[in-house]
Amino acid sequence: MTIVFYTASAVAIAATILMLTRLHAVHALLYLIVSLLAVAVIFFDLGAPFIAALEVIIYAGAIMVLFVFVVMLLNLGEPAARAERALLTPPMWIGPSVLATILLAEFVWLLAHGNAPPVVAASIGPVEVGMALFGRYLIGVELASMLLLAGLVAAYHLGWRKVPQAEATHVPHP
Amino acid sequence: MFPIREGLVVSGILFTLGLIGVLVRRNLVFVLMSIEVMLNAAGLAFVVAGTRWRQPDGQVVFLFILAMAAAEVSVGLALVLELYHQHKSLDTDAISRMRG
Repeated sequence: MTIVFYTASAVAIAATILMLTRLHAVHALLYLIVSLLAVAVIFFDLGAPFIAALEVIIYAGAIMVLFVFVVMLLNLGEPAARAERALLTPPMWIGPSVLATILLAEFVWLLAHGNAPPVVAASIGPVEVGMALFGRYLIGVELASMLLLAGLVAAYHLGWRKVPQAEATHVPHP
Repeated sequence: MFPIREGLVVSGILFTLGLIGVLVRRNLVFVLMSIEVMLNAAGLAFVVAGTRWRQPDGQVVFLFILAMAAAEVSVGLALVLELYHQHKSLDTDAISRMRG
């Protein structure tokens, strides 16, 4: 299934190049999501199905949703409406659609050839990854949890809006 | 035949593209997206190497990269929002002089 690997690699590189050359952040996000999905196909083909699933769920799912929310927060008003109208014209959505269709064709092809093994002889499943993760790398898991907690606290602190002075003075005096 | 060399080449190309994005683009959101591309390329290299030696360690390191990317992007996007509220701009040149 080397052909799947090469096709997914070509899609990933093309989507990344197109992402870098977009002017609107939303268009670039579409291409970035396609690029991450293509890398997920590469992972699956390399015998890492667990990592492929995590790439789709966390990278293309959670992290990209954060990006989409921030871009939506930043592009309020009339420019955003104009960008939305431009987004609905065919030149804007045809690129990501074609690349995503290639990935869908690969997916269907993989399902049709269900018994075809991946490129490698033996794929490394989630069991081995979990055993290694919670065995040798347990201290790394603890450090990652501390890092995530620090990120959560920092994001909450940075996103916290101070109470405006006008509102604060409206406290009724006794 | 396992395409380890091709996998590493793809990883290198993606990393270089992300680096070009960080150096060329002037929009902070694009810079953050390019950093994501670079982190993803590094993870791809780890998974390719782990598959080459039939060890799960490469995938474990990819999980750590994933957690790090999630923390980085949450803090980075919060900073982007804060900078946009203060400067009304996402241009890295416009906010190059930080006066505290």
